[in-house]
Amino acid sequence: MAVTTRISGIGGGGQPTTRTVAPDLRAQKSWRRTKSGIMQWLMGASIVVALLPVIFVVITVIGKGASSVFTGFPKFLTAAIPNQERKIGPGMGPAVVGTLLITALATAIAVPLGILGAVYLHEYGGRSPFAKVVRFLSNVMTGVPSIVMGLFIYVIFTLNFGYSGLGGALALAFLMLPIIIRSVEVMLKLVPTSLREASYALGTSKSRTVLTVVLPSALPGVISGCLLAVARAAGETAPLLFTIFTVNQTNRNVFSGANTTLSRQIFSNALSSLSGAQGRAWGAALTLLAIAFLFTIIARIASARFSAKR
Amino acid sequence: MAITTAPKMNRRPTPADSTFRYMCLGAGVLVLIVLGLITYTMTTKSWDAFSHMGLSFFTDKRWDIANQHYGALSYIFGTLYSATIAILLAIPLSLGIALFTTQVAPLWLKRPITYLIDLLAVVPSVVWGLWGALVLAAPIRTFFNHIHDIFKRVPVLGTIFGAAQGKSFSTAGIILAVMIIPIITSLSREVMETVPPTDREGALALGATRWEMIKGTVLPHSRTGIIGAVMLGLGRAMGETIAAALVIGGAAQISSNAFASGDSLPAVIANQWSEADTLQKSALIGLAMTLFAMTLIVNLVANSVVNRSERRRAI
Amino acid sequence: MTTECDQKASMSDQESITNFTVPAVAEETVAPLSDRGETVFALEDVSVFYSAFKAVREVNIGVRANEITAFIGPSGCGKSTVLRCLNRMNDLIPGARVEGKVYFYGTDLYGSDVSATEVRRHIGMVFQKPNPFPKSIYDNVAFGPRVNGVKKKDELDHLVEKSLKGAALWDEVKDRLKTSALGMSGGQQQRLCIARAIAVEPSVILMDEPCSALDPIATARIEDLMREIKSRFTIVIVTHNMQQAARVSDRTAFFTTEINPASDRRTGVLVEYAPTKQIFSHPSDIRTEQYVTGRFG
Repeated sequence: MAVTTRISGIGGGGQPTTRTVAPDLRAQKSWRRTKSGIMQWLMGASIVVALLPVIFVVITVIGKGASSVFTGFPKFLTAAIPNQERKIGPGMGPAVVGTLLITALATAIAVPLGILGAVYLHEYGGRSPFAKVVRFLSNVMTGVPSIVMGLFIYVIFTLNFGYSGLGGALALAFLMLPIIIRSVEVMLKLVPTSLREASYALGTSKSRTVLTVVLPSALPGVISGCLLAVARAAGETAPLLFTIFTVNQTNRNVFSGANTTLSRQIFSNALSSLSGAQGRAWGAALTLLAIAFLFTIIARIASARFSAKR
Repeated sequence: MAITTAPKMNRRPTPADSTFRYMCLGAGVLVLIVLGLITYTMTTKSWDAFSHMGLSFFTDKRWDIANQHYGALSYIFGTLYSATIAILLAIPLSLGIALFTTQVAPLWLKRPITYLIDLLAVVPSVVWGLWGALVLAAPIRTFFNHIHDIFKRVPVLGTIFGAAQGKSFSTAGIILAVMIIPIITSLSREVMETVPPTDREGALALGATRWEMIKGTVLPHSRTGIIGAVMLGLGRAMGETIAAALVIGGAAQISSNAFASGDSLPAVIANQWSEADTLQKSALIGLAMTLFAMTLIVNLVANSVVNRSERRRAI
Repeated sequence: MTTECDQKASMSDQESITNFTVPAVAEETVAPLSDRGETVFALEDVSVFYSAFKAVREVNIGVRANEITAFIGPSGCGKSTVLRCLNRMNDLIPGARVEGKVYFYGTDLYGSDVSATEVRRHIGMVFQKPNPFPKSIYDNVAFGPRVNGVKKKDELDHLVEKSLKGAALWDEVKDRLKTSALGMSGGQQQRLCIARAIAVEPSVILMDEPCSALDPIATARIEDLMREIKSRFTIVIVTHNMQQAARVSDRTAFFTTEINPASDRRTGVLVEYAPTKQIFSHPSDIRTEQYVTGRFG
């Protein structure tokens, strides 16, 4: 690629001279540039292609679910599930109750355990071989398929104690646990060592330092990590298949008796060809989607506050 | 104020301090216990089925409930086939998105794009399944049949793009692809962000076009990390239950036809569980074990690949 | 205030290089400073190791009560390492090991039944970079007392006011005690850290290069503060600024590095420890002299 050109010639006194000609800096047309442009367009296009399904899904869910959910609002969210599938009309009340109760219970189990686990890994375990094993296994645990976790809880819990919301909550909690451990550990790493040193230098014990200095410092990030895990859990279906069975009545007692959730109902109704059932499925899907989006947005706001503070 | 007597400094750690420490340790131990128990219980509960079928559990493709003959092969095949299709669809899209976000997009666009792509992960899997089963299945069948018509007479491709069903390996592949794109994209993005600016600027300073710079500096640097990300996505695709159960078709068969109905390990477990008798339940748990082992291997390899790339970056 | 260094400069090179002996152990010479003060810290043959690496060797030094003792020396000579031995902050570094004895009012700080947390309640520390907690000014100062069990609001209020006054910060912040500590300037934050350390009423305050991140005016205010609180605390300060040591301290310890011929790495060593006036006017060791006159380091 020519840049500067030197023109040689013979000058006045018979001496060879060179003159520099200013290079042409205008954009050259070439296959290379075109190719680069094409590739960049393809990259941009892949974003659009990837977003198409989300857009479609959201539009469809809103379109098909809105009529179920919003006619006679909030009837859909409170009315009982019709026992006959072919019946058209609301509601999903028991499922809403089930989703909220079971997800809340799962969160109550997973969040404290996850935070403690992350604190162990970062503040106590450090580089010790045992901590390395735990960290490694925690990563492995993020990859356990949800159906395997559901069957596991079925074997050790449901077989012994029967169907209950608690079983479902346990399965969800164990799915959430490694996610929370990982994201909280990342947050703990972000807290500067100088803060811990300041606390120790005042004669504060390690546990107190973690509880009163480190965790409060990392709190917004911890909250956002937990909320994301909760959003995932609310939408999980597979583990619940084996642990809560499914019923169509509200069961407020989360510790005994079969239960139902929005995700479970969507699953059963999706397999049905009856429009009544399908309508309820779309309504439930809209509700579930709204819950998931709500949690995600709150999590994003919390983590934005975290980065703003530093 | 000068103290003239030595202060007492020998209190042991308070009970509260030790308790907290043990609680944290306990949480760590819990992870071990859970994983160990999963392995143990799954193995014992599926023992009946394994002893009944022997090794042919894994090699036999016939799953006959009535005759108590349980062969997992078609489900293993279905899991792998649909996951492979998902990966093939997801890789170019994820890489394109990741490259665009890190190399091409102006600063103000990076965050919005990332948020939008993460929205794919927010949609619950059961909603994807619902949409796939009720909305996508019919039109996609027509679309697949078009492709079938185009390639009908071509030797190899003709069999792969065979006669289409609405619920098929490929339909499941599409839905799975959409679900794993966020994971692959975000991990790839992280790796690409760590390319030293000096490398990139060096390439541009030599007069390379942006694509040439990407091909020459970003991709080689990120290769290991991308492989790790893809494998993690593969693991996720293999383990996804509900979405697959709703759109894969529920037909236990091994077929090279990507548009044929099939079944996958998690899907068949979900679909057959409620009506299974004891031996069948044991067989289904055996399928879960198989799935666990497969995803475990994939995740272990993926994690070690990702760790290796992180260690290289740290140098 | 002119430093002794000015006088130093007028001494001829001839005079300073003649006949000196390098003492194996730094001896304290008879000094104009009164010897009445008692010994707060007594270090005997203290060496600090990071895994196999000997960072500092065989330090013998006695810190006196209600004095400001300065540790000076070139970078890497172990002055911060020795300082951190005094409140067992080296315990936090994996692989760190202390040999020898560190006595605090006669108690071996590294004795088997001594709790590091307790040690740090009596020996406070201020760090190089101000590190206030991301809490309010009030909560920062009240943190230590709360840990020690002070719960009543009026007691805490009183302690907070007393400590902030002691750090010469009260007037500036008394109207905004509940605002975030991170909203203050660097100099104010450092004085807050001093207030926070004072609030637990230790007998010693260790300072690890407390002014190196501050501008000259803020530095001057902290130096004034140090002179004010000297009557209530014993202060040990590490500084790489010789002039500061000369301005502020009563006694100075000069450290330097030696190359360990076996491992080819540098080990810190205490060269000389004497009243400040003496260190800067007629030091006994040539290395001290070269450092304080600026010939190296």
